[in-house]
Amino acid sequence: MEVLFFGQLADISGKLHWQTDSIPDTDALKAMLEVNFEGLKKVKYMIAVNRQIVQNNTPLSGSETIALMPPFSGG
Amino acid sequence: MNNPPASYQRYQRQTILPGFGIAGQYKLLSASVLVIGAGGLGCPVIQYLAAAGVGKIGIADYDTVSLTNLHRQVLYTMDDIGKPKASVAAQRLQALNPENNYQVFDEAVTPASIIHIIKDFDVIVDGTDNFATRYLINDACVLMDKPLVFGAVSRFEGQVTVFNVPSGLQGESIHYRDLFPHPPQDGEVMNCAESGVLGVLPAIIGSLMANEVIKLLAGLGKPLSGTLLSYNALTNDMMQWKLQKHSESNKLVPPTVSALRQKDYAWECGIQSNDLEIDTADLDVLLMAGNVALIDVREMHETPVLRGWEHRQIPLGTLMQDEMDFTSAHIVFICQSGKRSLTAANWAKEKCKDKKFYSLRGGVEGLKA
Repeated sequence: MEVLFFGQLADISGKLHWQTDSIPDTDALKAMLEVNFEGLKKVKYMIAVNRQIVQNNTPLSGSETIALMPPFSGG
Repeated sequence: MNNPPASYQRYQRQTILPGFGIAGQYKLLSASVLVIGAGGLGCPVIQYLAAAGVGKIGIADYDTVSLTNLHRQVLYTMDDIGKPKASVAAQRLQALNPENNYQVFDEAVTPASIIHIIKDFDVIVDGTDNFATRYLINDACVLMDKPLVFGAVSRFEGQVTVFNVPSGLQGESIHYRDLFPHPPQDGEVMNCAESGVLGVLPAIIGSLMANEVIKLLAGLGKPLSGTLLSYNALTNDMMQWKLQKHSESNKLVPPTVSALRQKDYAWECGIQSNDLEIDTADLDVLLMAGNVALIDVREMHETPVLRGWEHRQIPLGTLMQDEMDFTSAHIVFICQSGKRSLTAANWAKEKCKDKKFYSLRGGVEGLKA
């Protein structure tokens, strides 16, 4: 499963792309990511599953592309 | 409907477009758009809207032009440094297209002022640079049911979307609190001043925002309602993300105009931190959110005189002898270097528990840097 990091989340994780083993759902994914990249706990981000932003826990099959999107404030 | 302009030549290249035509031009000429923030994003938006013939363009910005703006805010020149952005921008647009009406708001958009400012405009554009103001604009536009074209940048990346325009099968409309129900706390996300921004990026994102406004007004194509567009200037990745309604989002918007007026957006963004010392970015957020008084505690004869900032002068000695009569919820003290103002904030917070006191780190000297 591929995870994409946007904005300052790429600074936190130190990468733009990350490959991970299959995870059952987005809540489990979030917990796993926050163990691997502790800085993610302190910031806000949205999770997208195959280009669809999901606000609730969503089951994953393992073939999805996940993206983490932070808010931007700059203007 | 407006009278036909003196010359249709100006708009000839767009009126010959299929689907746009004279009818589309009339829609633009009779429309009104308010652009909040005449900075990196706002400048290209107002330039293209003025050029396209949007009949009434409001420009809201309380800030003045500074040298650090010029690498991306190319509407301004060296001669404009120190001048109010909204007024200078309106002059430039007047020269570009005198057939439109321009309305200048040389003031901060605050919970107290925002409804009055946005109420007469058809479409609102958010080109601001801080979360307190972005959430304020979002909530006001939800309450007033105004389409809101949103854009934001960070370093090499940008986001664009359209809020409060129904999309999807359910016909529901998305707003900023569906993406991020609560604003990030102060310091969680860096702004352009802290993290930097490639000068051309806001021009790209601002142009996309102007395009969304024109599509909305002329009824062209598919606006980005319910969809977030992201752009990365380094990779040229441009992606669209389907947005989803958040179950809590509508409850977080103040239910009435008077509730909105009472809401403390700076507090919601964590600017209430117990730190007495704030920096100029925090001061900007406080000023934008409103309900703040700036007090210069230097002696009357000290220079440089604080210009371009609405403030009162109460020398430290006088302040500590008199009863405080502040009506604002947030009081920011400023002095030459930040030392006396810190003394003032420490003293005041003991005297008066129901207000928040701050000291501007670096003082007037820091402001000039």
